[in-house]
Amino acid sequence: MPLQGNLRDFSTTQILNLINLAGKTGTLVIFEGVRTNEKDAIGNIRMAAGDERARVAFKAGKLVQAQTQTQDGNLVTVLNKASKLTDEQARIIRERAKNTADKALALLLINANYVSQKDIVGSIQQYTLDIVYTLLTWGEGPFRFEDNLLPGPDRILVPIDLENVIIEGARRIREIEQLNSHLPNLDMALRFPPNPREKFKGIHLSVEEWRVVSYVNPRNTVRQIARANNMSDIEIRRIVYGLEQAGLVEVVRPAVPVDGPRQPTGNTGRLPPPPKTQVQETVVRKLIDRIRSL
Amino acid sequence: MAMNQVKMVVTGPFSSGKTEFISSISEIDVVKTERTISSDAEREVKSQTTVAMDFGRITVDDDLVLYLFGTPGQRRFDFMWEILAEGMLGFVVMVDSTKPETFREAKSILETFRAYAPTPFVVAANKQDLTDAWSIEDLRIALRIEDGIKLLPCVANDKESVKNVLLELLYSILEEMDTSASTAG
Ligand SMILES: Nc1nc2c(ncn2[C@@H]2O[C@H](COP(=O)(O)OP(=O)(O)O)[C@@H](O)[C@H]2O)c(=O)[nH]1
Ligand SMILES: [Mg+2]
Repeated sequence: MPLQGNLRDFSTTQILNLINLAGKTGTLVIFEGVRTNEKDAIGNIRMAAGDERARVAFKAGKLVQAQTQTQDGNLVTVLNKASKLTDEQARIIRERAKNTADKALALLLINANYVSQKDIVGSIQQYTLDIVYTLLTWGEGPFRFEDNLLPGPDRILVPIDLENVIIEGARRIREIEQLNSHLPNLDMALRFPPNPREKFKGIHLSVEEWRVVSYVNPRNTVRQIARANNMSDIEIRRIVYGLEQAGLVEVVRPAVPVDGPRQPTGNTGRLPPPPKTQVQETVVRKLIDRIRSL
Repeated sequence: MAMNQVKMVVTGPFSSGKTEFISSISEIDVVKTERTISSDAEREVKSQTTVAMDFGRITVDDDLVLYLFGTPGQRRFDFMWEILAEGMLGFVVMVDSTKPETFREAKSILETFRAYAPTPFVVAANKQDLTDAWSIEDLRIALRIEDGIKLLPCVANDKESVKNVLLELLYSILEEMDTSASTAG
């Protein structure tokens, strides 16, 4: 009987632990859950395995390779993601070296001085880790461990100790839980505090923080700001948390604009359409009086 | 709770006086800090590029606050301009009147901002207290600024001068409202 179940009952962290302790070799495959009409032993709806979401390979209890539906783990993709190859270089290599196996391609790239062996090992390792850290946050999904199944011989396998992965994964899950409980509802809005706890000026912000700060307006929900900037829920939560800790923003209930809520723009990275600047004359007159009095 | 927040943007080439301008009028003290962003988040942030941003505030009353944003100096952060420009009431373009080598850049910034938003703006001919400052008349020609656009003398570390620039901008905003109201009606 292969190791199988659902992540909601047996988490990715627990699976990694088991693989580590048992020194297993094989591939963990995680699927989309498809609801069935049946119930499981504890009365939850049984989820059948749907499309494949990810697969992670292990050799003698060490992590060696990971890929998801969208991240195929091809060497060119990996090196491109790690900025070891530019988009243009990646495009050319993909074109010219179409059916070349990763191992052969690695040799070619090293010989041509595109990258070093160290670059290749480091990039693959990082790529694998990024995927596995993401899997660790999945709370649901049927899984199956295929004993002794490993990626084809053309793939480069870089062994990674699971202990550190488990520790770092646990840290990240804790962080995510904290961030989620800090800002459970992304439909809240942000505003600048009326009375900043600390005084600030000439602040240094990361580009990402800056993008968020520029959108601060009681009419924009956090979710809309995230969409406009192509940020994931966890990224926006992390940034809002930091900005709030620094006293730069406050989380408030969104103000309902007169002309209806502003449309989020989806994933295009485009900005939402500018709001109709409905500043009234009285507001401008007030500003004038105030500045005169300074 | 109905806080009305309005913003104006102060832009211009590096060293034109944006920081000075905002500090002179803002009620928020000048504190040059690397903001500490809590533990885990901080580690992420530290490794990234940071952008110096000027940020000023003028409280009018319980319901109304004016924010002044200075654009980041580095040209590679241009992409933020559009974000900043969104919803602004108006903007000030600062020019260092003593540095003709920056005039072309100032003009290009002006045109870029103008393209983002059809809001009123004024040009502040800064550092007019220095002896080598170009005169307003010469600047208007050098920067090819149309007659309808306000080009104002400015000394950014002099509060009265800064007040004047902001007031002139606000007057332009008022006029603009009158015009659009009368064309609409
Ligand atoms: N004399 C004089 N110096 C100024 C004036 N405005 C700014 N400065 C100085 O010019 C330098 C650059 O100003 P800063 O505000 O940092 O420019 P920014 O890069 O546009 O923010 C600083 O040393 C300021 O003190 C001014 O009106 N007169
Ligand atoms: Mg500055």
